[in-house]
Amino acid sequence: MDLKINGQTHRVEVEPDTPLLWVLRDTLGMTGTKYGCGVAQCGACTVLVDGVATRTCVLPVEAVAGSEITTIEAIESDPVGKRVVAAWIDKQAPQCGYCQSGQVMAATALLKEVPQPSDEDIAAAMTNLCRCGTYNAITAAVRQAAKA
Amino acid sequence: MTEAILNSKTKSPLRALTVTRRGFLGGSLGALTLSIALPHGRVMAKAAPEAPQAADLNAFLEIRSDNSILFRSPFMEGGQGVHTALVQILAEELDADPAVFAVETAPAGPDYSLTGGMRITGGSGTVRSSYEALRRLGASARSMLIEAAASAQGLSAEALSTEPGRVIDSASGRSWTYGELAPAASALEAPETVSLRAREDFRWIRKPVARLDMHDKSTGKAVYGIDLTVENMLYAAIQHAPRYGAQPAAITNEADAAQMPGVHSIHPLPGAVAVLADSWWRARRAVEALDVEWRVPEDATGRVLPADFSSQARKAALESADDDGIAHELEGDAAAALADAAQVISAVYDAPYLAHAQLEPPSALARWNEDGTLDLWTPNQAPDFFRAAAASVAGIDAKQIRLHSPLLGGFFGRHFQYNESNPFPQAILLAKAAGRPVKVLWSREEEFLMDAMRPLSLARMSWGLDEQGMPVAFSAVAPGEGTVERWFGRAEDSADTSILEGIAGKTYAIANRRVAHLPIKDPAAIGFWRSVGHSANDFFYECFFDEMAAAGGHDPYELRLRLLEHSPRHKTLLEAVGALSGGWKSGPFTAQDGTERARGVAMASPFGSEVATIAEVSLADGEAIVHDIWVAIDPGSIVNPAIVEAQVNSAVALGLSATLVEGAVFESGAPQARNFDGYPILPPDRMPRVHVRIIESGEAMGGIGEPPLPGVPPAVVNAVAVLTGQRIRSLPLSKTELSRRVQ
Repeated sequence: MDLKINGQTHRVEVEPDTPLLWVLRDTLGMTGTKYGCGVAQCGACTVLVDGVATRTCVLPVEAVAGSEITTIEAIESDPVGKRVVAAWIDKQAPQCGYCQSGQVMAATALLKEVPQPSDEDIAAAMTNLCRCGTYNAITAAVRQAAKA
Repeated sequence: MTEAILNSKTKSPLRALTVTRRGFLGGSLGALTLSIALPHGRVMAKAAPEAPQAADLNAFLEIRSDNSILFRSPFMEGGQGVHTALVQILAEELDADPAVFAVETAPAGPDYSLTGGMRITGGSGTVRSSYEALRRLGASARSMLIEAAASAQGLSAEALSTEPGRVIDSASGRSWTYGELAPAASALEAPETVSLRAREDFRWIRKPVARLDMHDKSTGKAVYGIDLTVENMLYAAIQHAPRYGAQPAAITNEADAAQMPGVHSIHPLPGAVAVLADSWWRARRAVEALDVEWRVPEDATGRVLPADFSSQARKAALESADDDGIAHELEGDAAAALADAAQVISAVYDAPYLAHAQLEPPSALARWNEDGTLDLWTPNQAPDFFRAAAASVAGIDAKQIRLHSPLLGGFFGRHFQYNESNPFPQAILLAKAAGRPVKVLWSREEEFLMDAMRPLSLARMSWGLDEQGMPVAFSAVAPGEGTVERWFGRAEDSADTSILEGIAGKTYAIANRRVAHLPIKDPAAIGFWRSVGHSANDFFYECFFDEMAAAGGHDPYELRLRLLEHSPRHKTLLEAVGALSGGWKSGPFTAQDGTERARGVAMASPFGSEVATIAEVSLADGEAIVHDIWVAIDPGSIVNPAIVEAQVNSAVALGLSATLVEGAVFESGAPQARNFDGYPILPPDRMPRVHVRIIESGEAMGGIGEPPLPGVPPAVVNAVAVLTGQRIRSLPLSKTELSRRVQ
């Protein structure tokens, strides 16, 4: 099966129902995308699939053959992603950092679709869990990235 | 020995120690290395040896020829920001820009015992325990660099000074970088005494210096334990016994599972079965397909969770235990004062078992080497404890084990040495059995099953009031087993202070007090959870305080002020949080958006710091909506105000999570929730605004990571009581349908 990830094609031989998360992490060694719950509750595994923020821990890899997949590894190659990362650093958003790959991907997807999001837009898009409680810093960073 | 190969292409903290040992040591040749010899704290210097041995990695600080500086931290970074704070302290005295530092976590072993004894990152103690030692270390290195420049130039050291990263001769305008000077400096004796910078001259301490790990953590480059791989490694997935203490007696479909894709082998383990495979997903598929017959051996020697164990029964057992317990705090004669009081109120409060629920599930990677040594990578907050326990499992001397401590994907007390609640014993056994390196990763479901939880807690309390409605007596008994007793033991006839902190140790002027611990062993796996006993006890005390205030006809804020009259530090703090919130508001009020709101207040004295908290709450659809939390915190003095503010936000989030939604329920010997769908944690849309005021009173430096948590539950629940007229004495609030008081 061929996967298009960050602009490159990767051939992988895995069971077609393997979640994309584990193909990224264990087959391709792209460990920036994190495993948190395995039931699409926490969002640590979020990547962009054709530009849409998608939780990959329950996403069979066969469903994304032919799609454009963007992971955190390529986030700074994307102009919106680069802005989001800069805002994340400026607001010193991460604490332990484990959920932040998913948070950055969710924010990037939001700002690609809605460049000037309302507070309601942000609340609707930024639903990933953070056990360190960085939620206020994340919201501030999203607002700043939207302004930049 | 095969070299470890890590996934990351980045300069991770682990990489230098495990992957490129040759490169790392080569890079250190001629560098200035410093180590602190304890207990006297004298700083010694030594040149990096020509033919380095592993033991020669004993150095906290390494100044390289490219002017970068490596700091090997004795303490773990898990989001608290300590790696940055420790660098700020060092950089202040060394006179270097914090941004040129790289930080890696030091290996296990006595060489890195900066503060004496076994290393623990916990108790909100990192910065306050190492502050002075790190200042001396930085100042000593600076002094040696100046001495090296003076000696080379034939100048007196007194004529030279420094600016960040270089020694300067202001008379001639010449300067030399630390990297240039390091080889000569490393040959010098460390100074016997050093002078430290005056507080008013601080350039980095007390400033919001940017954290060193932000870019890596915003771009997926930070490497956690779960991300590590080594050559020839197998992945392990685990199925634990559904009830603690049961053992695998038989696997009825082992042959079928062995045929599943990628499966290498199937192994029984103490209390579990494991599948090794060429990917974790394949291992997990197979291990979850196993039909295992579990049996509790009749001669079981370890801990067994009874088949009828439930959290409800545990709570009932604690509630019905009516012995007076072992007194810890005794002042005056509480029993007599209660007997003579004009009014006595009594109540029982409780709080549930809590999971740590850090977002990185536990993992451990073990590799046996040809020379009989063991490399072990696993998240931990106590490397010496882990190494000793690993030695016991492995059957080798601790010195034969290299323990690597990765970044922690969430902390909260989860990474103490909790024996079978950690995966490292399984990794050691499986790597031995397979003859290959093994990385064990627990699924989220296994983590909820095996976590060492914050214990279910309960307190029976009474207040005695005089004719004026003022408190004259307080009596409390906390039945149960504290976390310190579980992991460090308890002397007979002594109370465990970890089960009392927060109902004992309060500052209010109450003439007669008795606070006691009634020991009753907890069958469940219990562990340290952010702010430990305070996480429940300040809720008990500060909410029952409001009940007492109401019974005596007093406003809860005004009564606190009155009872803190004798302690200017506490009174100042309480007034500060009141001012921060725009002035205390008594009783329900209507906010600008038309909602009916109320405020609650609480004080706490956790981990050497003092905290005052106010919460503003409204009700909607039977739930509490928390709009704002104001926190005034006095940790004596601080290092990084931005990190303090971030930690206050973090502690508020966790405290609010415990207040509103969290609680682990056990039935029939097992936790009922096994993932976040059954065990909710605070979601982003329930995060309030958080306002922080830091007060540096100049008292002894206190902790930061845990102290802002304990005031949150009582401040919120006290506000809820104003709105509902109902005292809720059991958390979380989600168990109770909240409605506005009938006017």
